[in-house]
Amino acid sequence: MTMQRKKIHPYKFSLWLGLAGIIMMFAGLTSAYIVKRSQPGWQSFTLPTIFIYSTLVILVSSVTVQVALKAFRERLMSKYRLFFAITAALGLIFISMQIIGFYQFQASGKKMIGLGSNPAYSFVLAIAGLHIVHILGGLIALAIVFFKAFGRKTRNYDVVPVELIATYWHFVDILWVYLFVFFSLLH
Amino acid sequence: MSNEAVIQHGTVSHEVHEHHEGHHHETFISKYVFSQDHKMIAKQFLITGMVWAVIGGLMSVLFRIQLGYPDAHLPWLEDIFGHWAKDGKIQPEFYYALGTMHGTILVFFVLTAGLSGTFANLLIPFQVGARDMASPFMNMLSYWFFVLASIVMLASLFIQTGPASGGWTVYPPLSALGDASQGSKLGMDLWLISMALFVVSQLLGGLNYVSTILNMRTKGMTMTRLPLTVWAILFTAILGILSFPVLFSGFILLLFDRHLGTSFYLSDIVLSGKILPNEGGSPILYQHLFWFLGHPEVYIIILPTMGLVSEVMSINARKPIFGYMAMIASMFAIALLAFLVWAHHMFVTGMNPFLGSVFVLLTLLIAVPSAIKVFNWLTTLWKGNIRFNPGMLFCIGFVSMFISGGLTGIFLGNSTLDIHLHDTYFVIAHFHIVMGVSAFMGMFAGIYHWFPKMYGRYMNNTLGYIHFWVTLVCAYVIFWPMHYEGFAGMPRRYYDYSNWESFKQFVELNKVISFAAILSFLVQLMFIFNFIYSIFKGRRVTSKNPWGATTLEWTTPIRPGHGNWPGEIPEVHRWAYDYGKDGMDFIDQTTPVGKDESKH
Repeated sequence: MTMQRKKIHPYKFSLWLGLAGIIMMFAGLTSAYIVKRSQPGWQSFTLPTIFIYSTLVILVSSVTVQVALKAFRERLMSKYRLFFAITAALGLIFISMQIIGFYQFQASGKKMIGLGSNPAYSFVLAIAGLHIVHILGGLIALAIVFFKAFGRKTRNYDVVPVELIATYWHFVDILWVYLFVFFSLLH
Repeated sequence: MSNEAVIQHGTVSHEVHEHHEGHHHETFISKYVFSQDHKMIAKQFLITGMVWAVIGGLMSVLFRIQLGYPDAHLPWLEDIFGHWAKDGKIQPEFYYALGTMHGTILVFFVLTAGLSGTFANLLIPFQVGARDMASPFMNMLSYWFFVLASIVMLASLFIQTGPASGGWTVYPPLSALGDASQGSKLGMDLWLISMALFVVSQLLGGLNYVSTILNMRTKGMTMTRLPLTVWAILFTAILGILSFPVLFSGFILLLFDRHLGTSFYLSDIVLSGKILPNEGGSPILYQHLFWFLGHPEVYIIILPTMGLVSEVMSINARKPIFGYMAMIASMFAIALLAFLVWAHHMFVTGMNPFLGSVFVLLTLLIAVPSAIKVFNWLTTLWKGNIRFNPGMLFCIGFVSMFISGGLTGIFLGNSTLDIHLHDTYFVIAHFHIVMGVSAFMGMFAGIYHWFPKMYGRYMNNTLGYIHFWVTLVCAYVIFWPMHYEGFAGMPRRYYDYSNWESFKQFVELNKVISFAAILSFLVQLMFIFNFIYSIFKGRRVTSKNPWGATTLEWTTPIRPGHGNWPGEIPEVHRWAYDYGKDGMDFIDQTTPVGKDESKH
């Protein structure tokens, strides 16, 4: 039986719905941030410079995942693997830079947690931290698909998982850019 | 290779192929435990939900004993619950834990997971004409995340400090400070972990429901030919996908406050005479995040039952549902307004009165689509050839309850009246009638009606009638008087009212309410007996379409296998409500439209 395949693939559709859910979660947090900012006791801040570099890293990773997807579609498997690996590496670097950024932030006297912390700083950790969790999820999915490409005896040419990951990766990239701009403007 | 071609060899059609050939070997584990069949997952959700309903219902019986008989000493309580019921009397901490867990369990585990999980899984693939969900695997995960959430929540009942006890809404600061109460300790953490798992379960399920409805419909099944059950579940799932993540974000901040010393929700607090260092937070922030889910949540509970009732009522009135498009439009309006009214739970938090008035307007607007729906149900019944089977009785009971509870919503939605009524028994009466009892009535209607599809047997009718009448009468006896208690200012959540002069008038009334609560709990046990007994010994279904219904699930075999239809999936030619058309009793959806057939 052939399925009606003019329409969007159900998995892709589910992904978009899931992204809508994630957007709502961050919308909830950022609106809480905006409300909190207008109340007394808010302390403004500037993010450490390392967050600018981490933003560049995640932007580049979006390019590499797109190159990997294009290579997969053209069946250039070694190129696909290379750029997939680069993407994963950039993801890891991004996470490390974010964590270093948190330490620098906390060290500069802007306590995010513990005694004497201010909700303004805590929000940075909560929101950016939750974003890291989403990057981690992307990395796990990347790893699963990546090793499947090696492990199969018969070549698996199903492009859907790769497309799903690429879409998700672009999404978490844009999400971070949004959060970065948000923190920079509404500090 | 093009995208389209690749997918034809991909997982989706591969699975379909397996169903087709029938060499899909199933073991006990893959059939009954880790099943990916939507019908089995539906039964799993239903039975897990029933177990929770008994636990949650029993809790209400226990706290009703305290409320009705505050002076009674019942030694058997101490035998069972130990120091939680010292001297045979339910202790205050136990009472608060019971109330909190009763709310949590009934709202989330029974009327969200148990209800949507059962009927979305059972009906979506059947009624849209699909062999299974878009992703059966994710569907299975959805159930097992629910089980995990259940295990964690259940475990919290047995720890030394007891489960969460700060109310089902777990407002900070009580919930954010471990030292604030017994129930704010480990029980609160387990509550949050369980709810996080629960949210994951709901999202996995919801994504699947929406993408199955929009992408997996059979040939000819346009959106306006879908039964209203499917429409209702679609709106429910969208509400869940958009609101549960916001609740999740509220929980994350709460966890930060509990364990990382942050002050999102905390400021200027004195605890046991000690001033806490937390500054700059606001507990109201949590309420906003909570109610942004919390309000859509009540529609997540009631919308599926509106769908079930519309469908079961139309079938048993042998008439098309009145105002099909108006039903869809009103559900859309309810779903939209659901996101714009959350602050009506917070009128007394010191909100700007102008902002409050906006929320009053939006809240009262919900009366319009709700009234349209009620009107349509009544006109569906009008001059119908009604079959008063238990399913239909529960539909009518649903409409009765929905009207009673909906009218008191107009009182509470008014911010000035709410100053007096807020946190009184009037609120308890309102929401129990409009979303508790109504939702249960709708769910019972669904269970009695689709039981033959689930198990190939009927439930016992006599027990069904007893179940309906006792439930209906008890529900009104329990909740109607609570309105008067609320008017008199009796606050909710208090442990013992007998020492207030102004509430002494209600001592006898509270006994009556408690008696009715216990009786209605017992009759639910009878329903469960009927359910289990009928699975094994019920009268067998002998024809594919025992109710004379038009929808696709009744074109499958009496006990459909994995994949639902043995041959091709039937094509659909008409909407789901051709009852009593052109002198025919009913015309099912697969029958092509005749040349000289009249238009509906």
